[in-house]
Amino acid sequence: MAESVESLLSVDWDVPRKPYPPKYVILPTGEKMVVREASRDEVPTLLRAIKPLLDVRTDYYDIVSARLYAELLGWYRYRVRNEYCLVGVVDGKLVGIVNNRLYDQKTCISLHTITLRRGRRIGAHLFAAKHEHAMENLGVEEILITAESPRGFRRWMLEWGLEYRPGVQHELGGAACWVLTRRNYYEKRSKLVFGRRPVPKDLLEKSMELEIITPDILRRESD
Amino acid sequence: MREVAIIGCGMTKFGRRGDRSLIDLMVEASVKAIEHAGIDKKRIDALYAASMLCGELTHQTAIASALADELGILPAAAERLENGPASGGSAVKNAFLAVASGLYDFVLVTGGEKMRHVAGDVITDLLATMSHPTAEYIHGVTLPSLAAMFARLYMKKYGVTRKHLALVAVKNHANALKNPYAHIHRPLTIEGIYSAPEAEVNNPVVADPLRLFDFCPVTDGAASVLLCPAEKAREFCDTIVVISGIGHATDTLAVHEREDPTILKAVRLSAEMAFKMAKTSPKDIDVVELHDAFTILEIAESEDAGFFEKGTGHKALEEGVTALDGDLPINPSGGLKARGHPVGATGVAQLVELTWQLRGEAGKRQVEGAEQAFSCNLGGFGNNVVSFVLKRVR
Repeated sequence: MAESVESLLSVDWDVPRKPYPPKYVILPTGEKMVVREASRDEVPTLLRAIKPLLDVRTDYYDIVSARLYAELLGWYRYRVRNEYCLVGVVDGKLVGIVNNRLYDQKTCISLHTITLRRGRRIGAHLFAAKHEHAMENLGVEEILITAESPRGFRRWMLEWGLEYRPGVQHELGGAACWVLTRRNYYEKRSKLVFGRRPVPKDLLEKSMELEIITPDILRRESD
Repeated sequence: MREVAIIGCGMTKFGRRGDRSLIDLMVEASVKAIEHAGIDKKRIDALYAASMLCGELTHQTAIASALADELGILPAAAERLENGPASGGSAVKNAFLAVASGLYDFVLVTGGEKMRHVAGDVITDLLATMSHPTAEYIHGVTLPSLAAMFARLYMKKYGVTRKHLALVAVKNHANALKNPYAHIHRPLTIEGIYSAPEAEVNNPVVADPLRLFDFCPVTDGAASVLLCPAEKAREFCDTIVVISGIGHATDTLAVHEREDPTILKAVRLSAEMAFKMAKTSPKDIDVVELHDAFTILEIAESEDAGFFEKGTGHKALEEGVTALDGDLPINPSGGLKARGHPVGATGVAQLVELTWQLRGEAGKRQVEGAEQAFSCNLGGFGNNVVSFVLKRVR
């Protein structure tokens, strides 16, 4: 009985999977951040990395980390369909996570972006990378996006010039929904999407370590 | 007038200080200054507290009274000075006058601000209230927008480029890495903020032509100095640092009313006064702290204060003259750009840094053999400037 119920509840990808080709970007510090797809096996590590943020109210870290935690756990336990997760890794240290999922082959739903190191534009590069993946590798027509923080709104809706789409419900809840269309994306691509491929072998290997760091926001006297 | 010495300095760590109230930060800096001097706090005659926005941002007014009580220095005279971002410099100037005149012997000056808990647009608006109310503010002018227009004019007139602005940021972030009190402990590279394709995202336009890393951060923090007559200073320290020159000048509130908006006339005048009073000149200065709220200001002030000819500051920067190991290190602390800019504390923090430099206590960022130092604390967009020359007395 339990097994048959599980088969009803369990979901995975029901559209063709296309891996994200890893890249690296130069940060303001000169550091090289590898952006690569996370595997399902790495989810427990990702959960441990964001767990300390669950009650950090500053800059909405609590709600973003709680929802991301649930989404990643849902993916790990086969309760979220078609989820992709990218990680940013600097010198083996996990510095940021982004995720999204495909509603269908034409529509992507942007979920969350979180940075564990701040002030380095890590979130901006990771946010761009997940749209790059959705548009260029998965070939979706549009991406539905919302924001839970004013910072997110400024960064994503204004910086990317997203189209407001009244009447469309983003699956994250009641917040208003904006859309990144293929036209929007390719208009902004040259200014907002960067990265170098291939990633040198040693850099890529180092990025597989995923060392967990204390998030900057938790440091008492943080930047 | 009596000669006046700085006998004690203290600072909090600058940064996001959600762990402390403003008064706690000011107490911490004050106690450090008192301990640095090694003085019985009961000997303090007066306290000058500098804060631009304590009422607006932390809902605490008359903060000097609170600080005097918290420090246990009652019945010392206590008052707050507010002069925009030059509040700290103004407070030290007034403390100097009090000691020099003989009114008081031991005067504590503590500047502090707590700003990080407030949204950026609120801070930007409050700071913009320094601008001309009817000629600038009501038209949407902010300090960043004034700096952007100033930078554009400067670039056109003197050949300053975006790379020069980036060089200021890179230099000051590198210096701040050596300053444990600095807000930002993060290096920058020219590649990362200027030359790499990714720099378009890493360093986005905020107010064209200025980009993210052309701006100082919003910072919490406090800094404190203790002044006394130089004749009494030997009781407290072997190396005596005196305030040998002070200049204070104003300029038009509205920037567009200036004959040449690229000239910071109040910087020029206040520096000239300070050098004249100190009987010295820019060429005799070993280390400098300038008010680089925006990178372009470090270049402009370095010229108007007299260190370089007008229009050549960026060349000196490019040649490494202003680097920590250059002939004239500017902003060894990291400056406002990276040490941070709690507005009421900044003018005091500049003097803390320079006193440490002259006493040989600046750690990894020590400018070897420094004997004379200069600081410039800029209020508004250059409309109220306090400059100091400090000198080490053997």
